[in-house]
Amino acid sequence: MEKRVTFKGWLLPMLLLLPQVIITAVFFFYPAGQAVWQSLFIPDPFGLSSRFVGLGNFEYLLGDPYYRASFVTTAVFSGLVTLVSMGVALYLAVLADRLIKGSGTYRALLIWPYAVAPAVAGVLWMFMFNTRVGVVAWYLGLLGYDWNHVLNEGEAMGLVVVASAWGRISYNFLFFLAGLQAIPRSVIEAAAIDGARFWTRFRTIVWPLLSPTTFFLLVVNVVYAFFETFGVIHTITSGGPQQATTILVYKVFKDGFVGQDLGGSAAQSVILLVLVGLLTVVQFKFIERRVHY
Amino acid sequence: MKFNTFAGTAAAAIAFGTSAFAQTEIQFWHAFTGRLGELVAAQVEGFNASQSDYTVVATHKGNYSETLNAGIAAFRAKEQPQILMVFEVGTATMMAAKGAIKPVYEVMAESGAAFNPDDYIGSVKGYYTSADGQMLSLPFNSSTPVLWVNKDALSAAGIDPAVDLSTWQKVGEVLDKLKDSGHACPLTTAWQSWIHLENLSAYHNVPFATKDNGFSGLDTELAFNAPLQVKHIQTMGDWAKEGKFIYKGRRNEGGADFRAGTCALFTESSAGYAGIKSEAKFAFDVRPLPYWDGTEGAPQNTIIGGASLWVMTGHEAEEYKGVASFLNYLSSPEVQAKWHQDTGYLPITRAAGELTRSQGFYDANPGTDIAVKQMTAKEPTANSKGIRLGNFDQIRGIIDEELESVWAGDKDAQTALDTAVQRGNELLRRFEQANR
Repeated sequence: MEKRVTFKGWLLPMLLLLPQVIITAVFFFYPAGQAVWQSLFIPDPFGLSSRFVGLGNFEYLLGDPYYRASFVTTAVFSGLVTLVSMGVALYLAVLADRLIKGSGTYRALLIWPYAVAPAVAGVLWMFMFNTRVGVVAWYLGLLGYDWNHVLNEGEAMGLVVVASAWGRISYNFLFFLAGLQAIPRSVIEAAAIDGARFWTRFRTIVWPLLSPTTFFLLVVNVVYAFFETFGVIHTITSGGPQQATTILVYKVFKDGFVGQDLGGSAAQSVILLVLVGLLTVVQFKFIERRVHY
Repeated sequence: MKFNTFAGTAAAAIAFGTSAFAQTEIQFWHAFTGRLGELVAAQVEGFNASQSDYTVVATHKGNYSETLNAGIAAFRAKEQPQILMVFEVGTATMMAAKGAIKPVYEVMAESGAAFNPDDYIGSVKGYYTSADGQMLSLPFNSSTPVLWVNKDALSAAGIDPAVDLSTWQKVGEVLDKLKDSGHACPLTTAWQSWIHLENLSAYHNVPFATKDNGFSGLDTELAFNAPLQVKHIQTMGDWAKEGKFIYKGRRNEGGADFRAGTCALFTESSAGYAGIKSEAKFAFDVRPLPYWDGTEGAPQNTIIGGASLWVMTGHEAEEYKGVASFLNYLSSPEVQAKWHQDTGYLPITRAAGELTRSQGFYDANPGTDIAVKQMTAKEPTANSKGIRLGNFDQIRGIIDEELESVWAGDKDAQTALDTAVQRGNELLRRFEQANR
């Protein structure tokens, strides 16, 4: 079944690979190499002098309980964002899949939030929950709940999770819906004739057949939560209150671009790089085994 | 056809731009938008119109942090402007960058411009002056914290709007009354670290950090976990618990609440004046920052916040002449007095302050001179000259986090301040390492 093209010489294949190799080298290997190199120094911000400290930056970071706490924050945050965005998307996709009339409209509407940039989404949610002018905060106040994510760590985390997951639901929804529609109707109908109810059919047929999609989304969403949620956090909480929403990538920004600690910041991005690499390996080694293609 | 006309105009504009103005161009990067941005533009236009040798080009580069970053990135790319605006927190960073900055006193001396450091107000220039008394950057916008009062809110709670609010003890009594009358936000603040730790320390003549608050050495250590600061933060924490002090955020989020009339008392920069005056639909008053009665030496003087102008290296002597002449223009009494009256920022020279007084501005706008008086009442001491710490922006971030733990009731003041000192000291040691 496999289609393989074989080239006669080696020049053409190399040539065809070249653009991708160049792009990867320029935009990934070169900066990543720079980050590794910089992480061994404590430079002054202007690049006038630089002190070699070996693994000193890493020692300093890993010895800092607040940096270590940031790992837990990141794990909680990414876990929740992934769970919420995938859970809601799957639920909506299942509903949309069963629709006969008007499914196009629903689909279009559900995809809209994906077009909103994270920073804009952050500002949107910030205004809804703003303790002074926020509509939602105001209604919660009427219900007797004093919403204050400026001081309450749980509420702050909840808010950035929802704001980050919101736009992502659309993306996940698209993939889940496509995945659902690719499942042959005949299999499901056969099960229905055998007397399997919706929930049984979902558990025993749909969910396993959907697993490649789910796995793909899991990887993509975890990476999203790690790296692309910066805008949401920056606009809503700036990492606070205390350090409740300071995820690793936000700390890289804060220490590097606000604090001018370029060495420490580079060391953090190296740690982040290794962490995400490991996470992806784990996902492919252990979770992919349970995926049915 | 349309395109041709456009191209023609553009070409003409370019030709005109290069040939007609054979002036020396000076780049000035700043962090102001809105009303302040307009006022800066007006200053620059005024300078450009006043002489024909130099053209200053002012460019907005984002907020304070972003402007500093833009300057640093530009320096690394060898495309730095002649003048860069840096907020007070970045002072130690700039001072340590010896090869990147050209001290203002040097620029002035080399260009032969008239320059007398004694014309500048001591507590303003002190922040930007080296240990041996040389002015390194030109103070541009400086403000100091004061207490803003919503007089209508006090009256509504049955309190005399002229009530004495000079000490924190007295403020406490007023907060009790406001709370008893059911007021939802008796007190809020902006810039908590700047006002309630940095200025608190200076105002009571106690050190914020050792080595004269960092002025006389990079081996400075934080010292704001002493009894006075603990007492103040603990009191604020208790007020927060009792609903008398409402925390609104790390920056000046509380300003919107005060201007909307939601909060009765508000500790904020004197530069809040422009916004409060234009938005507040109630009678307001400005009072000196309260102090703790019974503390020896209090009230001393408060310290400034804001930004100064740094001159960067790597440019021609002719350009530095232009820089000197622009900085002199900014310091001239007329320009300064106008800036002071428009913005609520402090005048940087004595002459500007006197001119404002003789113009009758303080009589027409009562309270606007409180900030000036508060800063100049006493000669600054080693504890009240300013604060010069490396990684200060990050240290403020740590202080914000730890204060939030007090406001939330998670930690008592002593524990929180001890932790902040210990965490901040680590950053000071890193800065020392980077700049040894």
